[in-house]
Amino acid sequence: MKHYEVEILDAKTREKLCFLDKVEPHATIAEIKNLFTKTHPQWYPARQSLRLDPKGKSLKDEDVLQKLPVGTTATLYFRDLGAQISWVTVFLTEYAGPLFIYLLFYFRVPFIYGHKYDFTSSRHTVVHLACICHSFHYIKRLLETLFVHRFSHGTMPLRNIFKNCTYYWGFAAWMAYYINHPLYTPPTYGAQQVKLALAIFVICQLGNFSIHMALRDLRPAGSKTRKIPYPTKNPFTWLFLLVSCPNYTYEVGSWIGFAIMTQCLPVALFSLVGFTQMTIWAKGKHRSYLKEFRDYPPLRMPIIPFLL
Amino acid sequence: MGRLTEAAAAGSGSRAAGWAGSPPTLLPLSPTSPRCAATMASSDEDGTNGGASEAGEDREAPGERRRLGVLATAWLTFYDIAMTAGWLVLAIAMVRFYMEKGTHRGLYKSIQKTLKFFQTFALLEIVHCLIGIVPTSVIVTGVQVSSRIFMVWLITHSIKPIQNEESVVLFLVAWTVTEITRYSFYTFSLLDHLPYFIKWARYNFFIILYPVGVAGELLTIYAALPHVKKTGMFSIRLPNKYNVSFDYYYFLLITMASYIPLFPQLYFHMLRQRRKVLHGEVIVEKDD
Repeated sequence: MKHYEVEILDAKTREKLCFLDKVEPHATIAEIKNLFTKTHPQWYPARQSLRLDPKGKSLKDEDVLQKLPVGTTATLYFRDLGAQISWVTVFLTEYAGPLFIYLLFYFRVPFIYGHKYDFTSSRHTVVHLACICHSFHYIKRLLETLFVHRFSHGTMPLRNIFKNCTYYWGFAAWMAYYINHPLYTPPTYGAQQVKLALAIFVICQLGNFSIHMALRDLRPAGSKTRKIPYPTKNPFTWLFLLVSCPNYTYEVGSWIGFAIMTQCLPVALFSLVGFTQMTIWAKGKHRSYLKEFRDYPPLRMPIIPFLL
Repeated sequence: MGRLTEAAAAGSGSRAAGWAGSPPTLLPLSPTSPRCAATMASSDEDGTNGGASEAGEDREAPGERRRLGVLATAWLTFYDIAMTAGWLVLAIAMVRFYMEKGTHRGLYKSIQKTLKFFQTFALLEIVHCLIGIVPTSVIVTGVQVSSRIFMVWLITHSIKPIQNEESVVLFLVAWTVTEITRYSFYTFSLLDHLPYFIKWARYNFFIILYPVGVAGELLTIYAALPHVKKTGMFSIRLPNKYNVSFDYYYFLLITMASYIPLFPQLYFHMLRQRRKVLHGEVIVEKDD
């Protein structure tokens, strides 16, 4: 069996960083990354991006050396992706923040609404219901992160955590401030509006959870395989007939329900911003499904049935 | 990687320099939010492209224009001439007022109609970016035009007692000189006859005009603060059925504070542009 030689150059300076001789032909990129870390311990594998072209796409961890378009001496270009942090850590910080922040406003801790309101409770039922819904939503997300989701990528750049936390925490504080404000105005159409909103919220939460379970069952533990998700026996997953990312459809629906329930403009804005972001993600996912699977169901749209 | 070579190859029109040399409204250069980071990158690129194509003007810029189409070129030429003329009229009116009255009191009132008309007309610059006849980022142009609109309509027009402040004259003068230079720069570039002194003016005047304009704007907003607080204008109070509040006073404070990080970034960016365009220095910018 013929061995390969691999040289790793810096993608920016073209400086030679590492030379590996006698690399097995069936070595994967992940294994090469591990070898590279031995000479450069500051760049642990998750930080490394290796590519065939200095400006090209990163090679996947599972790519095999002998299947790449290289001679017996392969030149790979290295880029440092910066400090990495695990998805689980990011998600937990992102979601624990809003849960905690919202409760600070709900209990009206001092220095928010003025001294005489400290630790008082709202006289509107909807405020208490809203607190239950908001807390439920984030507890559900936390538990899902711990026990349901399987992440195809282990890490993300460290700076993302600052960006995402500003977004989630900031919006949570802004919404909670008005919903729990002593001068809060309850919904115009009273109990009817709240009941309708609660129904939307609950259905969408159940739907979102069902989709997450369905996606989990699609990917066996420890694998990175990708399959087309199809509806299961659970009726909530039947939305897969019409959209590629029903989890986002349900998530947006939950927030619309919460906005109707609280009749609070910041919640509506948060729903809108979230919808925009999730549409971008859904379009990306939809495109990659179409690219990967020839027999992808043509009826599906990225996030809104028949529309978007 | 020097961006210069790439930019020269891309060879976009001198228009791309767009607002880069246009004091004193600020760019959204905050590196904290992703959207602003993107804006920063694009404004960087815009500036670089503009600078590069101006450095190799004879060769690059005309080609770009031929690709534009007769109608678009004709419209842009008309627009730029009209805007140059408009701001010239403003300049003359201001000088005449001061010569006759010997005071700045009443100056704003006498020129406000012309100012509002031409500054509001600048909203078309956003449309130009949107439909792609001007290759500058919509967000950058949008923020800059709207901050001007904000100063004109939501500050100076809406708060009568501050109209006679000296600071209003400060930004009016800075804006007027800047806009005459900028629009005539565009006009002459479109007509393919850019006199050196206009190019020189465009890349030198800002050194003084930009800080002057910013000072004028900040002092005017500062002068407006007590009136805003007293009247509670443009503010929404609780309780209301949308469960949201807005305080124009705090909004103004935040606006003023945002000048602190933004001003130096834009100013130094423009100084780099200046070195590049006027002295042909190749500046190796850090690759991201």
